[in-house]
Amino acid sequence: MLDRAPAKASPPDDASTEARPVVFRGAGFAPKAGRYSGWIALVLVIGLWQLAGSAGWVNPLFLPPPTAIGLAIWKLAMSGALWNHVSASVVRIGSGWILGTMAGVAVGFAIGLSSLARGVGITFISALFPIPKIALLPLLILWLGIGEEPKIATIALGVFFSTAISVYSGVDAVPRNLIRMAQSFGVPFASIVRRVVWPGALPSILAGFRISASVALLLVVSAEMIGAQFGIGAFVLQAGNLMQTDQLLAGVVVLSLFGLAVGKLINWLETRLLHWR
Amino acid sequence: MDLISDHISHRFGALEVLDDVSFTVRSGEVVAIVGPSGCGKSTLLSILGGLLQSSSGRAEWRGAPPPDSRNPLTFVFQDFALLPWCTVAENVEFPLLHAGLSEHERRAVVEDALRRTSLSDFCGAYPKQLSGGMRQRVGIARALAVRPAILLMDEPLSALDSQTRELLMEDFIRLLADGSMGAVYVTHNLEEAVRIADRIVVLSRRPGRIRQVVSIPLSRSERGDIHAREQLLALQSELWSLIREQAVEAEREVQHA
Repeated sequence: MLDRAPAKASPPDDASTEARPVVFRGAGFAPKAGRYSGWIALVLVIGLWQLAGSAGWVNPLFLPPPTAIGLAIWKLAMSGALWNHVSASVVRIGSGWILGTMAGVAVGFAIGLSSLARGVGITFISALFPIPKIALLPLLILWLGIGEEPKIATIALGVFFSTAISVYSGVDAVPRNLIRMAQSFGVPFASIVRRVVWPGALPSILAGFRISASVALLLVVSAEMIGAQFGIGAFVLQAGNLMQTDQLLAGVVVLSLFGLAVGKLINWLETRLLHWR
Repeated sequence: MDLISDHISHRFGALEVLDDVSFTVRSGEVVAIVGPSGCGKSTLLSILGGLLQSSSGRAEWRGAPPPDSRNPLTFVFQDFALLPWCTVAENVEFPLLHAGLSEHERRAVVEDALRRTSLSDFCGAYPKQLSGGMRQRVGIARALAVRPAILLMDEPLSALDSQTRELLMEDFIRLLADGSMGAVYVTHNLEEAVRIADRIVVLSRRPGRIRQVVSIPLSRSERGDIHAREQLLALQSELWSLIREQAVEAEREVQHA
């Protein structure tokens, strides 16, 4: 027979020792950003910046107030100059990014899936990845002439390496048990790549896209500063040379908005493609 | 269809894992493989299922698989091996995509497999939304969808809690009841082995050699009987006595490694 305790356990009746509550000691670190805190902080910083400009605390030549920057953007937009510069940069980034990404994805998959490609590819990538790609621009100008090609090639090179690394890291991170499972059912190689390796590597590939988009933005500005008539980089450099700091910062704001838009696009892609996580 | 382990030996570099293991799984028979940790049970199963090439000896099959079998030797994995980006139905359909079936035929096979594993209501769920037991059911449904002749089960219940284990064990017994499908069942759990197997292959510690092959003198349907319980416990105890000493040595070896 089981000895059963009463359904409702009574508290210990030893009143001589005082009961003390157990102190909450934490539930692990779990920082969470508030929904509006980022926006509030941004508005506060811009407000303070505006106040500093309006009150004459800072020289507007060195730090023009946000309203002056907004006005400069408006004037640039109205004159059509903004479109000329932005479109030139977008074409260069787009072409360079697509070329670099296509090559990076192909080489990354080859390294991730083939022993031969891995042996050769990793050596070359390790040797060439650390080189600042902008340093190759003069050489590329020598090879490809003065025009769009060397700028696009510089961006493509920068994008290629970070993409290739993120792709083969992603392929390496695909759980081997999933590949073995597919092999155990006799699934053909191409289908394993398409249905197992590609979706398994996609989180890392998309993370790589985020990095390569930043690299492309960085390189387009650098390349345009070295040799271009149009483009945000050329515009920022020209404004700096003429001490037009409101125009200079207008260019910087446009670059920031462009980066933000690319980030949002990748967020959207992640939400669509990685909903299963 | 019979599955034959023909003098299989295997080594990983200098480490000898299996040594001259020979036995036959006859059509519709369930053979459990037990032994101390690290004796090469899973390695042997991988070799039998064509996922690993043995250093010497070979795995063979004899006779014809069932005419509608699309993958005669089919694995059920310990960690389920489900594609996390696919729904339950898509996971079950996955091995059928290259079986030359029309979409309509595939759907019918998937629905049948899901019904047999009581998963019909979860066909649109993703693996992350399922419990461990449900995930393993999906693994079983996927295996059933290709109509295997022999299931190769690598500790299929070891990642699950005891209640789920019990329920899935009942499912396995039900699925294997009609003898149309055989199985090789790798486990370290002797209770599972005596409940499900027709014969139990006991391996020695590394390098794994066959120490003994124990036949279970009761049919699976008789084993549920209360009177059979004592007999099964005695068998379990006999198996444990075969393994115990070597399991202790294997454990000691792991600690010193």
